[in-house]
Amino acid sequence: MSQSIHQAATPLLAIRDLFMRFEKRRSLSDTLAGRPRQVVSALNGVDLDVMPAETLGIVGESGCGKSTLARCIAGLNRPTSGDIRFEGESVIDLKGARRRGYNKRVQMMFQDPYTSLNPRMTVRDTLREAITVHRMREGAGIDRRVDELLDLVRLPDGAADKYPHEFSGGQRQRIGIARALSLEPTCLVADELVSALDVSVQAQVVNLLLELQDSLGLTVLFVAHDLRLVRHVSHRVAVIYLGAIVEVGPSEALFSRPMHPYSQALLAAAPSLDPTARRRAPALSGELPSPLDIPPGCPFHVRCPHAAERCRQEKPALRPVGHGMTACHFAETIGGA
Amino acid sequence: MSQIEKETVLDIRRLRTEFGLTERPLVAVDDVSFQVKAGEILGLVGESGSGKSITLRSILGIVRPRGRVKGEILWKGRDLVPLDEAALRRVRGREIAMIFQEPMSSLNPLLTVGLQISENLAAHTDLDAKARKARAVELLDMVGIPAARDRLGDYPHEFSGGMRQRVMIAIALASNPQLLLADEPTTALDVTIQDQILRLIQALSRDLGMAVILVTHDMGVVAETCDRVAVMYGGRLCETGPTADVIGDARHPYSLGLLRSIPRDVAPRTLLYSIPGAPPSLNALPAGCAFTARCPVAGPECRDVRPNLGTAGKNRQVACHHREQALIHFSAREAAQ
Amino acid sequence: MSIVLQSPSRKASRVNAFIGRAFSRPSFVIGFAILALSIALALFPQLLAPYDPLAFDLSAIQQGPSLAHPFGTDNFGRDVLSRVIWAYRVDMQMAFFATIFALLIGVTVGAFVGYYGGIADTIFGRCVDAIITFPFLVLVIAIVAVLGPGLINMYVAITAVNWVYYARLTRAEIMAQKSNDYAAAGRVLGYSDRRIIFRHLLPNAISPIIVYWMTDMALAILLGSSLGYLGLGAQPPAAEWGVLIAEGRNFLLTAWWMSLMPGIAIVLTGLGFSLVGDALADLLRPKGR
Ligand SMILES: Nc1ncnc2c1ncn2[C@@H]1O[C@H](COP(=O)(O)OP(=O)(O)O)[C@@H](O)[C@H]1O
Ligand SMILES: Nc1ncnc2c1ncn2[C@@H]1O[C@H](COP(=O)(O)OP(=O)(O)O)[C@@H](O)[C@H]1O
Ligand code: SF4
Ligand code: SF4
Ligand SMILES: [Mg+2]
Ligand SMILES: [Mg+2]
Repeated sequence: MSQSIHQAATPLLAIRDLFMRFEKRRSLSDTLAGRPRQVVSALNGVDLDVMPAETLGIVGESGCGKSTLARCIAGLNRPTSGDIRFEGESVIDLKGARRRGYNKRVQMMFQDPYTSLNPRMTVRDTLREAITVHRMREGAGIDRRVDELLDLVRLPDGAADKYPHEFSGGQRQRIGIARALSLEPTCLVADELVSALDVSVQAQVVNLLLELQDSLGLTVLFVAHDLRLVRHVSHRVAVIYLGAIVEVGPSEALFSRPMHPYSQALLAAAPSLDPTARRRAPALSGELPSPLDIPPGCPFHVRCPHAAERCRQEKPALRPVGHGMTACHFAETIGGA
Repeated sequence: MSQIEKETVLDIRRLRTEFGLTERPLVAVDDVSFQVKAGEILGLVGESGSGKSITLRSILGIVRPRGRVKGEILWKGRDLVPLDEAALRRVRGREIAMIFQEPMSSLNPLLTVGLQISENLAAHTDLDAKARKARAVELLDMVGIPAARDRLGDYPHEFSGGMRQRVMIAIALASNPQLLLADEPTTALDVTIQDQILRLIQALSRDLGMAVILVTHDMGVVAETCDRVAVMYGGRLCETGPTADVIGDARHPYSLGLLRSIPRDVAPRTLLYSIPGAPPSLNALPAGCAFTARCPVAGPECRDVRPNLGTAGKNRQVACHHREQALIHFSAREAAQ
Repeated sequence: MSIVLQSPSRKASRVNAFIGRAFSRPSFVIGFAILALSIALALFPQLLAPYDPLAFDLSAIQQGPSLAHPFGTDNFGRDVLSRVIWAYRVDMQMAFFATIFALLIGVTVGAFVGYYGGIADTIFGRCVDAIITFPFLVLVIAIVAVLGPGLINMYVAITAVNWVYYARLTRAEIMAQKSNDYAAAGRVLGYSDRRIIFRHLLPNAISPIIVYWMTDMALAILLGSSLGYLGLGAQPPAAEWGVLIAEGRNFLLTAWWMSLMPGIAIVLTGLGFSLVGDALADLLRPKGR
């Protein structure tokens, strides 16, 4: 499947029919009673292209598989089935030197500023380690590169020899960015990079990311649940529900005119800054079904206000609708395209 | 909105809560005054560490004995500050109820939800066992828990995060409180669930004439839910007023900056306004304005002279020495974009 | 350029600050003093003991504490103080050798099974279950009984059982550290498993292990002297506290000092280890969150 709007370019990352299942541990009584293992279906056939130098936003409720997707791309989880191709080559089974080569190109940044840095290493140790393991620089060049990186992420002079606990949350995330950039990657996976930060600090980090991306020509996967931020930073946005992409398209088009009922509900539920746009009824009722037991047919049908008989039977495929792609049988009518 | 002036139920005057040594106290809440009317939702917004939770806890007298509360907390005309523990307990949980960010930590994991509601009913009403059970079902129904009757026997861990928050609200409502203190009740939840809980709180406030103080760090939550808003920074109030006025036309440099740093009506992928620096720690606040170190229009006197919360238009108050400059500074930026 | 030079000095200043904080705690100071004295006695008994610990003096049999013999003399007229002092050598050695191999083996095994999990972890779990179902002492005595009495065999026996406790602790600590994102970051940065385990996870997991080691050395002295008492550890005439107590057990009413004095030495040294361990537990607790 190819994404119509980007037919011209070849994708940097092509994700095809990606499944990720986590088997839960069976308790002894379950084993004795012969009950089958419970399986968490975190990803259920994700199809997604990431274009060079774009920012692709990924949004969805928590537990719908955003982090799992990010970790599969970064090579932290091995998907159960499906394929991830980077510049045309499958990266699922990479080992040793080739895995390191891939990770040099694709780096990841984490959500939690408090646990994503080794508390016993100074910033310099952390950066030096990455630079030396990958032989990015030699000798005195290493420390010069450390200073360069800290400059790049706007950390003050003298930051290099401090320990993580001496920094604020926003500064720690900058260190995380510097660490990822130390390998001079092409692609950054940012899993909720600013979610844990104070509102007044989020904008600083987002600005930094935007600037770095433009100056270094980076491709960014921006995983977040703050829709306003995702809209602002992304060229394209993918909406994920229960481990599958339900809609993907250019950011402005998707936000101004979502086609999938779930995207519509998600956007409506996000608190807007317009005090006149008040609603009495919630935008979406019900909760995310358990990933242990994904509904058949359209996974959204249990909460969808437009659900029809067909939705309970047949899983809608992700297909071109309007400016992007949508996985809904009735997208044209519902989205008004 | 009705024109009839509603009765002021809570009137907080010059509240000050401090911890630690009397000679070198840590002042978590400093000279905070505001009122809440019956049926009104007041948003208390600020970054983490700005003293929002301590403000709420001071009202209930649950920072004592370690925290020292000064000033007046007039609850329906009666000052709560000098009351002893026994007298406070009659107010707490009966006339004034509180819900927390993490509902799991305030529910007893070993007792069924039905029992916990029933206990609260027993403590605050004179219903008999049978009537209590009926009332518990009614309350769970009211907060939108499906099949309420069947869930009385369930334990907290059998509920999802959103449902637990509903249970917390049900327990809080058991005593028919006239004031609900909600401390970031939706911060741990997804937007769709957050939306459901906020709509629920709004409906309850409207239907029961209950006053609500809603603590949040999200201006969007305020915009969609609150009637009035008080912006807090470094333990002090910097701006109060009707939601639409403050969000549409903020006056204090901090609220202006905070609102500007949220992307709205700006071209995608442009740099956002960002407040420099990080939130201050309480033991390093200047004698004057808490925002001095990060303020773009700070003058020489700001460090040393505390700005008072002064009237700024109808029902509005702002604490800043340089209101005009602030407006000019930010509208110039606006024009430049 | 000053920045480049800063790193080592900053680390040194952190170490200095740590030492400063440690010595501002009375409990650490007392514990440290006891251990320092114990180590000095263990290293240089010949300088500090007033008499030859093995020299009989049949003219001074079972004399009570006096100026000439502060701890009295035993049934062969040997100076108890000198014997207690010489016993430091054996008992401090016991504290160290009965634990250090268990620590090294246990930490390595625990780190690997904690990091990799899976089959190795399951097998490890079974081993642990098998070993800890027996009371510690019973198992050690059984092994010594098979190998024969003596210090070396005692070390082997204790290590064979004791490593499990270190491994269990390490495994749990490594598993907790592994769930932190810095471990994931290390993997994404292409670091080898060995580097992640030993350079990243273990330094963060080691503090409780060190603390446990301190208390374990105190226990090792107790255990070693118990075995000595039972005749399974150090062999007479070597001076070892357990052996000394055993020698005195028939004279508890007539020459109580023969057993009491080595007993006090055991308690005091154990106290030293515990005080230092407790203080370290406090000092090493991660801060800055
Ligand atoms: N290592 C794991 N073991 C078991 N279940 C997992 C694991 N990682 C994620 N999951 C489950 O997969 C689902 C998706 O999780 P995640 O990708 O973290 O969602 P998101 O990042 O969108 O919140 C969740 O139900 C989660 O509990
Ligand atoms: N028991 C306490 N002792 C000392 N300081 C406290 C105590 N409780 C809270 N604080 C301090 O008060 C400040 C305000 O805290 P809080 O009201 O929880 O902030 P918010 O809810 O706005 O995030 C924090 O900086 C915190 O460190
Ligand atoms: S396929 Fe049916 S249930 Fe699914 S989103 Fe479309 S209308 Fe709703
Ligand atoms: S201008 Fe002065 S008083 Fe006003 S916010 Fe800035 S620092 Fe505070
Ligand atoms: Mg996630
Ligand atoms: Mg709080």
